[in-house]
Amino acid sequence: MGNVLLQYLTVLILTAFVGTEIIAKVPSILHTPLMSGSNAIHGVILVGSMLILGGATSNLQEVLGFLAVILATLNVVGGFVVTDRMLEMFKPRAKPTAPTSDEVTK
Amino acid sequence: MSRETLIDLLYLFSATTFILALKGLGSPKHARRGNMVAAFGMLVAVVATFFKYVDGHSLHHVWMILLAMFIGVIIAVPTARFVKMTAMPQLVAIFNGVGGGAASLVSLTEFIHVKSTHPATYVILEVLLGVLIGTVSFAGSAVAFAKLQELMTGRPVTYPGQQVINAIVGLAAVVLIVTILVTASTPLLWVLLALSFVLGVIFVLPIGGADVPVLISLLNAFTGLAVAASGFTLGSNLLIVAGVLVGASGILLTRLMSKAMGRSLSNVLFSAFGSVVTASGATTRDDGRSVRSGTPEDIAILLGFASRVVIIPGYGLAVAQGQHVLRELAELLEAKGIEVFYAIHPVAGRMPGHMNVLLAEANVPYEQLLEMDEANSELATADVALVVGANDTVNPAANDDPSSPIYGMPIIHADLAENVVFLKRSMRPGFAGIENDLLYNPKTTLVFGDAKDTLTKMVAAVKAN
Repeated sequence: MGNVLLQYLTVLILTAFVGTEIIAKVPSILHTPLMSGSNAIHGVILVGSMLILGGATSNLQEVLGFLAVILATLNVVGGFVVTDRMLEMFKPRAKPTAPTSDEVTK
Repeated sequence: MSRETLIDLLYLFSATTFILALKGLGSPKHARRGNMVAAFGMLVAVVATFFKYVDGHSLHHVWMILLAMFIGVIIAVPTARFVKMTAMPQLVAIFNGVGGGAASLVSLTEFIHVKSTHPATYVILEVLLGVLIGTVSFAGSAVAFAKLQELMTGRPVTYPGQQVINAIVGLAAVVLIVTILVTASTPLLWVLLALSFVLGVIFVLPIGGADVPVLISLLNAFTGLAVAASGFTLGSNLLIVAGVLVGASGILLTRLMSKAMGRSLSNVLFSAFGSVVTASGATTRDDGRSVRSGTPEDIAILLGFASRVVIIPGYGLAVAQGQHVLRELAELLEAKGIEVFYAIHPVAGRMPGHMNVLLAEANVPYEQLLEMDEANSELATADVALVVGANDTVNPAANDDPSSPIYGMPIIHADLAENVVFLKRSMRPGFAGIENDLLYNPKTTLVFGDAKDTLTKMVAAVKAN
């Protein structure tokens, strides 16, 4: 038992350092997508919610698990969709023969 | 290879895609692809989970799982697709909150599930932390949503004895946790759930609208940590990796945002900043100095003679929906051979980096968006600093008036430019409620009116010249 806990703690510590290193490199211009993107990533709780509902042995557990799956799906799907929508908007400067200001591609 | 090993390998693949996605956010060029990679990784993890065994049998209730997912997708996709970019902070808050809620429910249900097997104390501790942090995040995000959506006042909500009450509720939660650790009592766990909810609400109430960028980052970190706690309980490395990544990102952003406000995190969270308005909002001050105002046409001429213009947008620009007109003005100036940059303060907007997204939506190329430090070195050689809907972020008092509530906040040095132009709705002070000396500076011109109207008039005038 103790060994399992130690293994999880190892993962936790190493991830904390890797995460901090990578995230410190994100420029402030992308901080909003970083937030919504990381938001989508913690939507992985959907996997946990599925396991809870899939292993439910009483009505109470079923109800709680069902709710958890709905909430987690909202989190994961909404998070990825909205991040994609935001990142789509970040464009480099148009080529010199750029169309005039009136073109709006939406 | 056994089924379980294969699934664990797929989980490892997903965890890797999450890290790659965060790495992709290092530049706007690769960011979108990174997000798609992570979405694919998530899909792989979810599909793999359908084949997992729980307690020695394959997943029960598969149809219920699919139904719940279907409901989630039906609500999430349209919401995420059609919400306005100004409403992004609310949306992020609510998606964050539901994630925290899910994490809390997962921990709670797992406790009920394994209770009969007399789990070890550390398992109970993981459950309790998951329930506590997840629920605080859920309730806190809900209140933050209500504040941002203006369902309630954006000003700090305070009442007598607030700090004491908060401390008592916090302490009660700690006592409850210790009690449950000893007794493993399920009813008490429900009490903890309710108490955590209350804690989340009263924790967020005294935090004002301008401090929400810090709050949202912190709640994001909370949900990440709650997910990591659930990962410990369920024995899932994937959940631990994802949760800790988000936790690290949230904590880092929280620190960056408090630093950008020049205040400590505890000051942001507990001081009910912005509940008192101190400035008068008059055009003439007690010492007789008054502001100089101009017309949009005056400014158009001033801009026409400039060779370098730095635009400093604030949230007021977004409120007036003036981003597109502003970009049009910038393009017109560039066509005349004038250099144009946008100087973005880290806390401009209602969440970290919000202003960048709002300008990107208006098709401003990202090369033109300068971070504060870069912008300040450009401003020294700028002919005009055009401040649109910003106030506190260019207030020199943050630098040289130790008595000012925003003293210590890093600012954009609009005052370094040859000329300063403020587009303002009125003399009303900014969100922090502080008088801005720069408005009375001899090189400053104010144009009163709705930012969008003023900008439209300026565009017309620049075209005519």
